[in-house]
Amino acid sequence: MSFLDRSHTIAKPGFSRWMVPPAALCVHLCIGQAYAFSVFNLPMTKLLGVSQSTAGDWKLTELGWIFSIAIFFLGASAAVFGRWVEEGGPRRAMFTAALCWAGGFLVSAVGVYVHNIWLIYLGYGVLGGCGLGIGYISPVSTLIKWFPDRPGMATGMAIMGFGGGAFIASPLSVWLMNRFHTATHVGVTETFITLGCIYFCFMIVGAIIVRVPAPGWKPEGYVAPTQSQGLITRSDVFVYDTLKTPQFWLIWWILCLNVTAGIGVLGQASAMSQEMFPGHITPVAAAGFVGLMSLFNMGGRFFWASTSDYIGRRNTYFVFMVLGFALYCTVPYTGSIGSVVGFVCAFLIIISMYGGGFSTVPAYLRDMFGTRYVGAIHGLLLTAWSMAGIFGPVIVNYLREYNITHGVPKAQAYNNTMYIMAGLLVIGFICNYFVKPVDARHHMKATDKRGLEAAPAQA
Amino acid sequence: MATNTQDSSMTLKLILAWGFVGIPLTWGVVQTLINSMKLFQ
Repeated sequence: MSFLDRSHTIAKPGFSRWMVPPAALCVHLCIGQAYAFSVFNLPMTKLLGVSQSTAGDWKLTELGWIFSIAIFFLGASAAVFGRWVEEGGPRRAMFTAALCWAGGFLVSAVGVYVHNIWLIYLGYGVLGGCGLGIGYISPVSTLIKWFPDRPGMATGMAIMGFGGGAFIASPLSVWLMNRFHTATHVGVTETFITLGCIYFCFMIVGAIIVRVPAPGWKPEGYVAPTQSQGLITRSDVFVYDTLKTPQFWLIWWILCLNVTAGIGVLGQASAMSQEMFPGHITPVAAAGFVGLMSLFNMGGRFFWASTSDYIGRRNTYFVFMVLGFALYCTVPYTGSIGSVVGFVCAFLIIISMYGGGFSTVPAYLRDMFGTRYVGAIHGLLLTAWSMAGIFGPVIVNYLREYNITHGVPKAQAYNNTMYIMAGLLVIGFICNYFVKPVDARHHMKATDKRGLEAAPAQA
Repeated sequence: MATNTQDSSMTLKLILAWGFVGIPLTWGVVQTLINSMKLFQ
């Protein structure tokens, strides 16, 4: 398996760095399927009854855990395996991610076939979740090394793929289930097997074409700064030393708060739009609204990360916090005056910044902690995502319930939630304000032997 | 001559690689866009 080694992925002269974003997209487009897993929820409640749920069929509450476990293991595996991913190189990581991700589908297919939900928790949740985490961080540092002049744009392209993966997975899964569906059979098992095979092949193509730059390589005409400029360091910080810096925890909270604010409304967008504008937004229109939000989520990942190359990472997050605050405060007003256009526009911008928060953070970490361990540090930071995945929906759901049980009309039940989200962004603004350059005592010294095996391929 | 062959080979690889990810992504985006239009109906 030596072809997986980092040393076998060093680019030869004449290799175009523009081959690397498609390699990253091969992985991110596949693992982005996670956002579309809900298309299986309803069919999986009818595996025994086929046309309708029957005794013994799984409940939606049981199925909801599959996605939650997968997201938990995304954060956990990215944090635990981050250093291994960084030092082993992108090909080994992408190959492992492909095995885990496809393996997760195949184990889940067995789980559906024998009707054992624990096998699905283990397959898609644990194994697939590890594939998600390893796959998510695998191309990040490679892209940053290939695009030192445009790190935001480069990582934005890959992470945009994660947002776009659901666009492919959702219609493809529905089409496959329709193909395999019979009078006595829902077709989920065959769909899982087919998806597992397709994703494995797709991700392996990414692993084959990915390359790391040769030592000393730099883009034509690019002059690397010789010393640190503002927040952008020229030194590296060892992956676990970042945990001792306040900057890591400030960025952790910035990401967590930005994601909490976005993820809460993302999951509730359909119900919220219908309840705030009864009679104006129908269920069909609400589904269209959710689709439009997904497009802005994906587009925002590329747009904001690319913009951060020009205005700086910290300023980009300042924009997220200030603009997000203003928009969250505006949403109740749009509801009170019945402005559907204002409501839709506000949420589309909010959700673009939610996506932008994900895609800008790798470049922010690179600015603060250097290129050497950026993928592994990014892995540690993804625990903020896991945490936000719990905070966001809980805040929105419980506050709505609380308001309704205390007599607040449904149309106004989300107002307090919006103000709380705006408040979270104020805290995020304060955290971002306190981000300063990392103290030199945390920088790796030239004599530092840690991670030496990764050094030869450093650009 | 050898450089030209190398350049055209890399261009072909770039087209194939971007097509490999771009075509399914574009298809997915178009499908989502079609569904999103229901908001304006």
